[in-house]
Amino acid sequence: MLDDFFLRAIVAGIGVALAAAPLGCFVVWRRMAYFGDATAHAAILGVAIALALDIPVFGAALVVALCMALAVTALAGRGYATDTLLGVMAHSALAIGLVAASFLSGVRIDLMAYLFGDILAVSKGDIALIWGGGALVVALLFWRWQALLTATLNPDLAIAAGLDPRREQLVLTLTLALVVAMAIKVVGVLLIAALLLIPAATARPFARTPETMAALAAGIGVLAALGGLRASWVFDTPAGPSIVCAAAALFLLSVIVSQLRRARVGS
Amino acid sequence: MTRNTAPLVEVTDLTVRLGGQTVLSHVNLTISPAEIVTIVGPNGSGKSTLLRAVLGAVPVAKGTVRRADGLRIGYVPQKLAIDPTLPLTVDRFLSLPRRVSAQRRKTALDRAGAENLGNRQMTDLSGGQFQRVLLARALLDTPQLLILDEATQGLDQPGSAAFYERIAEVRSTLGCAVLMVSHELHVVMAASDRVICLNGHVCCHGTPEVVASAPEYRALFGTGTHGALALYRHEHDHNHDHTHDHGHHHADDHTHDHEPTP
Repeated sequence: MLDDFFLRAIVAGIGVALAAAPLGCFVVWRRMAYFGDATAHAAILGVAIALALDIPVFGAALVVALCMALAVTALAGRGYATDTLLGVMAHSALAIGLVAASFLSGVRIDLMAYLFGDILAVSKGDIALIWGGGALVVALLFWRWQALLTATLNPDLAIAAGLDPRREQLVLTLTLALVVAMAIKVVGVLLIAALLLIPAATARPFARTPETMAALAAGIGVLAALGGLRASWVFDTPAGPSIVCAAAALFLLSVIVSQLRRARVGS
Repeated sequence: MTRNTAPLVEVTDLTVRLGGQTVLSHVNLTISPAEIVTIVGPNGSGKSTLLRAVLGAVPVAKGTVRRADGLRIGYVPQKLAIDPTLPLTVDRFLSLPRRVSAQRRKTALDRAGAENLGNRQMTDLSGGQFQRVLLARALLDTPQLLILDEATQGLDQPGSAAFYERIAEVRSTLGCAVLMVSHELHVVMAASDRVICLNGHVCCHGTPEVVASAPEYRALFGTGTHGALALYRHEHDHNHDHTHDHGHHHADDHTHDHEPTP
């Protein structure tokens, strides 16, 4: 049934959206937006390495993204402000990745696909990776959900409850690297952070608990994937950016509706 | 009353270094069941660090922090900045990190004086309501030790006085020990069994009367506290003015001069 490339794209897009939504909520709550961006940008270095050594892109991107995230976590609070550190490392990794890729002949076209995604070219194998990785991400988050929320509220509160906030941070780091690696094919490294942030931010005004926010974000992510793919079909636009545009449109709608609602309550 | 008097927490010769700086040096502290111990001290004197060391949240450079086996600690943090992007009802907040039955949530909210707040968003609460919800959360597991870190920050004076009254009440209902930090000397000291005056090291300690009249304490807080202390009990202005300059180094010799007179 997955013989149609457009159907494959839809299945891949939904898979990424479902995994990115709950993680994206944590990225929003913990103000890790830039951290997500940095991890995603670093993945292009993994792509270059994979192309040079002829190894699977998914694995290489995962490893490099993970190394990046761990390095930032380890270095944070050692003299540099975290945003400075992230800026230096993220853009350095992106630049090094681009330079390294230029040494490889014939990959220039390929690299564009990794920067902006190439969802219409996903294979059945990609779909398996995306859904397998996504299931792992959701399972990890589900397993650590309560502890993660507590550590997000306040690290000392978590310690007083016998939890280790650093371990919970590690769970987020790992899931973030996983999402980055599986989303490269769909939206590309430059737009992954958008897929994490925008659905979560869109869901916020309509949620009263963390769980409803994550569920709403998942629905919004799926809607954005479907809408974006449809738009890219109709208007012949690049699929990855179209998905992000659809998410942005939903976000705008959410802002307008919540403002109107607030005005009505206020009056 | 027969109760186990083995200490809940025993801090021995504790030294803590944070970012290359020695924040605490050679601190000793014992907390027995059901007593209220208050740590006072100027800003940057290591009060919060000491609390966090008791919690086990800071690395110990030297010395030991020993907690009784299976000690149940209820912790009320100094400040809990809930990100506005995080939707959270009071009930949901109480169920972190462990799910808690509606009955237990209600009991804890009632005990903390936060009745009927369960359905509200955390970010919509007033300062006083927020603190009472934090207290309710700390009371969920009927703790043996309640730790409060400047829990009344941002409350007005009647608000914080009411809060400490509430703490004393909780102590007598639950029989838990209380370890707290505060800068509101008079309010807190009135409610304390023991006071520890901290400035990187223990300057002096003892009953509120003893500490309030200790020259080390006065050296730290100045005579400006006279008026405030008068609020809590009568003034102790007998013959300390002759004391030579202590520079608040050696602590204990003074507290021993003044056996508490109950």
